[in-house]
Amino acid sequence: METAIEIDKVGYEITGKTILRDVSFTVREGEYISIVGPNGAGKTTLLKMMSKILPVTIGDIYVYGSPLAAYCQKKLAKIISYVPQGAGAMFPFSVLEFVMMGRYPHLSSFIKISGEDRRAVYAAMEMTKITQFAENPINILSGGERQKVFIAAALAQGASMMLLDEPTTFLDPKRQSEINSILKNINKESNITIVSVTHDINHAISSSDRIIAMKDGCVVFNGAPTELMGNNNLERIFDISFHFAISPDRDHPVLFLE
Amino acid sequence: MIKADKLKFFFLTLIALSIGTLALAPFIGMTKVTLAMLTDAAHTGIEKDIFWRIRAPRTLVSFIAGCGLALSGMAFQAMFRNPLATPFTLGVSAGASLGAAIYVRLGMVFTIAGASGISIFAFMGALLSIALLYGLTTMSRNFSTATMLLAGVAISFFFSSVILFTQYISDFTQSYRIVRWLMGGFEVSGFDSFFNMFPFVMTGGAILIYMTRELNLITTGDEIATSRGVDVVRSKNIVFFATSMMVGGVVAISGPIGFVGMMSPHICRLIIGPNHRFLTPATFLFGGSFLTICDTIARTIIAPAEIPVGVVTALIGGPFFVWLLLSGVLNKGIFYDS
Repeated sequence: METAIEIDKVGYEITGKTILRDVSFTVREGEYISIVGPNGAGKTTLLKMMSKILPVTIGDIYVYGSPLAAYCQKKLAKIISYVPQGAGAMFPFSVLEFVMMGRYPHLSSFIKISGEDRRAVYAAMEMTKITQFAENPINILSGGERQKVFIAAALAQGASMMLLDEPTTFLDPKRQSEINSILKNINKESNITIVSVTHDINHAISSSDRIIAMKDGCVVFNGAPTELMGNNNLERIFDISFHFAISPDRDHPVLFLE
Repeated sequence: MIKADKLKFFFLTLIALSIGTLALAPFIGMTKVTLAMLTDAAHTGIEKDIFWRIRAPRTLVSFIAGCGLALSGMAFQAMFRNPLATPFTLGVSAGASLGAAIYVRLGMVFTIAGASGISIFAFMGALLSIALLYGLTTMSRNFSTATMLLAGVAISFFFSSVILFTQYISDFTQSYRIVRWLMGGFEVSGFDSFFNMFPFVMTGGAILIYMTRELNLITTGDEIATSRGVDVVRSKNIVFFATSMMVGGVVAISGPIGFVGMMSPHICRLIIGPNHRFLTPATFLFGGSFLTICDTIARTIIAPAEIPVGVVTALIGGPFFVWLLLSGVLNKGIFYDS
C-alpha cells in the first residue's frame, strides 16, 4: 500500500504550551486508522494540522511525498476531507445545499454545477442514507442525522482520505452503530482512507486496521488493535484499569470499566 | 431548499419594485411634475430642473446607497457569522462621522474631483475604522466572533465619544453641522454624488457576486470552509476590501444611515434562504428599493421641510423588525444553534 500521509516529528505550541511533541507516523492508502487517547492529548490539533486548518510549524507533514506547504487549500481538499466535531451556529441551508458545498474544490466562480457534481452529491447522500432529508434545513435535523450530513458533504468532496473528529460522540447507540457502518462502507467499498479520532475503544479495536494512541501530545502506541489490549497498554494510556470479557460472537475480547 | 418558482417570483417582484421605485420616486414631491412637462421641449418651468437636478439624482443616490449598505451588512453577517454584525454596529459609521466632525471643526472647505471635503474625510474615517477592525480580526485568529463583535462595539463607542468631544470644542454653527451630518441624509443636487458613489458600490457588489460560494462556506465556520478548500484568510480579506469600498463610498455622501444594512439581508434570507448566490442580488435590490422609499417619505411627509432619512428607516424598520422577531417567523431565517 502506498504511503498517503507521512507525519514527521510534528510539534505544536500555543502561547508557550506544548500541545504536540515529536509526533511521527504514516497513513497508508486504504487504511482505517483510529486515534484514541485521553482528552487534551492533542488528537484534534493533529487532525486540524493534517487538513491545514492549523499551520505546521514544527516538523512536517507530507501528503503523497510533498509537504503540506506545497498544496494550496483547494488542491489539498481534493485529497483530504475533514468532519469536525461540531460546527456551531449556522444559517439554515438545506441538506442538499450543504452537501453541494462539498464540491467547492471542483468548482470555480461562475462555472455552473455539472452533472458530475450532482452525481457525486447524490451518491454521497445515498451512501449516508440522507436522501430523504435533502430539502430539510440542516438546523432542524437531530444530532445523528446532522452527523451523516457532515459526512456526506465530506464524501461529496471526492477526496481519497477522510479525517473525522469524534464522529459518534454524543450519539445514541443506534446512531453510533449507523455512523460506524457508514464509515466502514466508505472505507471498504469506496476505498477511502479513514483516520478517525474516537473515544469508543471497543469499536476502534473491532473496526480499525491500526490504532494510534496519544497522550500528553505524544504518540504512545501505534500498532494492531489486538496489541493495544496487551501489555497494560490501555492502563498506561488512560490511567484507569479496564476489564476484558470474551464475547462468543466477536473474535476479540470486549473492554469495560469497573 | 427554495423552490425554483418561488425564487423566480421573488426576483420578479424585486425587479418590479426596484424599477417602479426608481421610476416613480422622482415624480413624488411638493412640486407637481408630470411626464408631459418633461417630454415637452417647449416647457420652460422650474419642474424640469427640480426633476433632473434634484429628484432624479437623489433617487439614484438613495437607491445605490441602499444597495451598498444592505450588501455590506450581508457580507459582515456572513463573515462574522452573527445576525447583528454590520459595518454600522461595528463602528464604521462612527468612524466616518468622526472624519466628518473633524473636517467641520477644522473649518476647512475644499473639493477634489467633485467630491466634497467632508465626504473625503468621512471616507477616510470609514476606512480607518474598517482597517482597525480588520487589524483586530487578523491579529486575533483565536478570538471568537463574539470577542470581535464586542471589540467593534467598543470601537464604535470610542469614536462616538471623540465625536462628542469634537462637538463640545466646536462653536455653535460647527456643532449644528456635525449634528446634522450625524443624522444622515441625501441633500444632493446634480449627479456628482451619484457618480462619486456608484463606482464604489458597483465594484464592491461585483466582488461579492464573484465570492458567493466562498461566502456560503464561510458562514459554516472557518474550519469547514478551510477543509473544503477555501483560502479563508484570503477570502475574508477580499470581502473586507469589497465592504470597505461600499460602506466608505456610501457613508461619505449620505452620513450614517442605520438599519438598512442589518434588516435587508435578514428579510431576504427569510424569504429565499441563506444561499448567497441568490441572497446577494436579492439583498442588493431590496436594500436599494427600501432606502429610496424611505427617503421619498423623508422628504415629503412634512414638506416643505424634510426629516432625516435615518429617522425614517429606523421608524419603519424598527417596529417591523421587532414584529418579525416576536412573531417567530424570523427564527426560521436567521440562525440556529447547533
